Amino acid sequence: MQWTDVCSVSDLQENSGVCALVNGVQVAIFYLPTDEQGVYAINNYDPIGKANVLSRGIIGDIKGHKVVASPLYKEHFDLQTGACLEDDTVTVPVYACQIENGRVQVDTHLVALIENSTNAQQQGVSA
Amino acid sequence: MSIKQTLVVIGNGMVGQHFLASLVASPAQDQYDIVTFCEEPRPAYDRVHLSAFFSGTTAKELSLVEDGFFEQNGITIHLGDKAATIDRAAKIVTSAKGVTIRYDKLVLATGSYPFVPPVEGHDRAQCLVYRTIEDLEAMTAAAKTGRVGTVVGGGLLGLEAAKALKDLGLETHIVEFAPRLMAVQLDEAGGAMLRRKIEDLGVIVHTGKNTSLITDGETCVNKMCFADGEELETDMVLFSAGIRPRDDIARACGLEVGQRGGIVIDNDCKTSDPDIYAIGECALWNGMIYGLVAPGYAMARTAVANLTGQEGSFTGADMSTKLKLMGVDVASIGDAHARSQGAMVYSYQNGADEIYKRLVVSADGKKLLGAVLVGEASGYSTLLQYCLNGIELPENPDALILPHRSDESVGLGPDALPASAVICSCYNVSKGNICSAIETGCTTVDGLKKETQASTGCGGCSALLKSVLNSELAKQGYEVNTDLCEHFAYTRQELHALVRVGQIKTFDDLLAKHGKGLGCEICKPVAGNIFASQWNEHILEKSHTGLQDTNDTFLANMQKDGTYSVVPRITGGEISPDMLIALGQVGKKYKLYTKITGGQRVDLFGATLEQLPLIWKELIDAGFESGHAYGKSLRTVKSCVGSSWCRYGVDDSVGLAIELENRYKGLRSPHKIKFAVSGCTRECAEAQSKDIGIIATENGWNLYVCGNGGMKPRHADLFATGLDKATLIKYIDRVLSFYVRTADRLQRTSVWMENMEGGLDYLKSVIIDDKLGLGEQLEQQMQHVIDTYHCEWKTTIEDASKLKRFHHFINSDATDDNVVFVEERGQIRPARDDERKQFNLVEVA
Repeated sequence: MQWTDVCSVSDLQENSGVCALVNGVQVAIFYLPTDEQGVYAINNYDPIGKANVLSRGIIGDIKGHKVVASPLYKEHFDLQTGACLEDDTVTVPVYACQIENGRVQVDTHLVALIENSTNAQQQGVSA
Repeated sequence: MSIKQTLVVIGNGMVGQHFLASLVASPAQDQYDIVTFCEEPRPAYDRVHLSAFFSGTTAKELSLVEDGFFEQNGITIHLGDKAATIDRAAKIVTSAKGVTIRYDKLVLATGSYPFVPPVEGHDRAQCLVYRTIEDLEAMTAAAKTGRVGTVVGGGLLGLEAAKALKDLGLETHIVEFAPRLMAVQLDEAGGAMLRRKIEDLGVIVHTGKNTSLITDGETCVNKMCFADGEELETDMVLFSAGIRPRDDIARACGLEVGQRGGIVIDNDCKTSDPDIYAIGECALWNGMIYGLVAPGYAMARTAVANLTGQEGSFTGADMSTKLKLMGVDVASIGDAHARSQGAMVYSYQNGADEIYKRLVVSADGKKLLGAVLVGEASGYSTLLQYCLNGIELPENPDALILPHRSDESVGLGPDALPASAVICSCYNVSKGNICSAIETGCTTVDGLKKETQASTGCGGCSALLKSVLNSELAKQGYEVNTDLCEHFAYTRQELHALVRVGQIKTFDDLLAKHGKGLGCEICKPVAGNIFASQWNEHILEKSHTGLQDTNDTFLANMQKDGTYSVVPRITGGEISPDMLIALGQVGKKYKLYTKITGGQRVDLFGATLEQLPLIWKELIDAGFESGHAYGKSLRTVKSCVGSSWCRYGVDDSVGLAIELENRYKGLRSPHKIKFAVSGCTRECAEAQSKDIGIIATENGWNLYVCGNGGMKPRHADLFATGLDKATLIKYIDRVLSFYVRTADRLQRTSVWMENMEGGLDYLKSVIIDDKLGLGEQLEQQMQHVIDTYHCEWKTTIEDASKLKRFHHFINSDATDDNVVFVEERGQIRPARDDERKQFNLVEVA
């Protein structure tokens, strides 16, 4: 694990999301203070609405999955797997995220890895 | 202080448990110390769905008692201990294990036992009954060694039991004494159709059989011998030939019982001893034992009401039933056998599809007395309504049971739309397309979206889609789920009442008291909206932030690229040149796309998160305030120029529009609300297409309500005429408060009224005649919102903690590089995908 310090827990919004810039990648970080894991991180880009907005969605649970609903067209993305509940051909990258001594950390290695593979896919599609 | 009385409940079956649950939920529950006896080793479980046990449902899942129910409510339960005797003089109950309790009040919920005919051999090995979980366990054990099973009894329970035997993998027979199946509920033809369908499923049916002896079999464990000389080899024999009330304990202590059993009760569910009640299948009311759970529940509630000093009585129950027996729909309503004097019968028989329907109609042809449906029971709800409420039948009652043609339309609401009506104009999906998707098994909005693409474009038709779905499902006999979402088993209207009455002010509190899970994008904004209309705290208070849609969170309207648009309030559409210049300057400075809206305001597009507070600081300094275009709330009050300038104007429409907009601005409601005021009947403000429309006449203001434009336009209805301003405002206060309280989520006033029983006339009676006595309360509710109005943007920019969110990144001042504009007609617009690619190439190069 290679953790990158992102911000303080007090910068997060309880039961809601914020967006952080980590190694050039937009990461949506959601904070559930009463939840065991506490923080969840996924890519901020909504592949269906095609805009960087997922951090501004409402979070909740659907049939046991912790999800964020895109603020654009309301598709649900699983915070733990990145899967879109409405369209199984769509996923968003998920990143490791933790709280350590009041600081929020994201695993940059994982971010870089997944982001590269996504870029490669996107290039493959456009080519 | 009064001393608590002791209440003893004998029996913890479905009805006994319902009694306990109703009692602890009643306001007067503290009156009693409660003790209950339960003969079985586990507390109440769902006997109605007992056969589910064989398809994998566990005893725990069948349980009707939540963990900790008895402890939390201070109820003492004696499990596995049967109440044995009652000493009425000393008021003492003694149990089989020797527990003695002195009671002040006693409730008998002892239920029933399966009737086993006194046939010789009825107590042989593998001769079982079907009532408790222990019975099911015995059946499972017997099925392991046996091959054939026979149910004695072809009634409701017998068919349930036959399903259980099928599920256990046995060759299944049904033996019935009467000449047909379900003889109580069905007529001869209905019974015959049911038999055909059951036999299609591989069950062998023997009717008109009187069992005279059960003895050793040759190929099976048992052999049944019938009075007509025939025999049937079977391993298991399952008696399901009806129930008998368990009244032995009542009989022994001298309570009055019926000739054929059952503890006699009155309308209060009291027995012949005024301190003892009896409820459920052990009770005999008006010579009748009710073997269904719903009447038992009604008796339980009656006893609770009586014991806690509330109103309530049991005056019989409707025995109409609809169920799926082994996958076959069967329903029976009222006088299914046409025994009433002069009754006439219509019937419809479809041999190919194995459907049978029968209507029993009064001699004058006007009232429905009864009905039988086999194979297809979609009309059940409608028919039951006709029967129970004495609704006059249509001219040709047989239309109610003849097959529907797809283009037929009846009633109002979605039913009034023809099949060709386009529901989703984004994907050109007609009502017909949606209905055929529903017929092929799409029974959720999500399913329909996937199947038809309806409502996957702009989403504007989602409410209409849902109402078509609900109406179609109801037509097909499904129970329509009106729960808000998986987290709240309530409608918005019910939640509003719970919030109001329970003084609930946070989502956490609401979820803890009335919901489950974490919430979602449906219930959270609804809760935020209800809190706002009821308590009117700032929507960005910390406890409310996570509840709001992004538009409410950032007090602006999100556009397709993630930027926002800004709409300051321009009351009544009146704006001075200086204000217009100020608006122009802000637009120019932040390079915003500028457009005039349909509501006589100016919309500024393309603002990024970090720009929003800067823009609003300047707008507020210039004298603007929030226009609430982002909220489900009052939008605009449009007006024509009115009598001040117009040659034809009758009254000052602009003045009234400004006054009304200032009065109701900030009101949060189930959906957006639009007003208009016209200064004369030429109606230049188009008031008749608004939720609230007002037109000046020589005699005063005319008020129109519940109109809208949009995808299903509706003209507003004339509500009252010739009003003075005070009365006009009083009526509007009441209509809007009533709408806020009672409408569904995202339901415009038009749909709200169309779905209201009694429609416009009912609304008039509530608002004008104050039929519900709510008038004053509704006005006070509105006055509270008016008194606590604040400009949400002004409060926000004065509070650093609320401004924290207005950055794209929490840890950087960078902006979103995905937001790219191009120029068109001298203004910006978001770049399209093809343009974006070019842009990226340029940047890379």
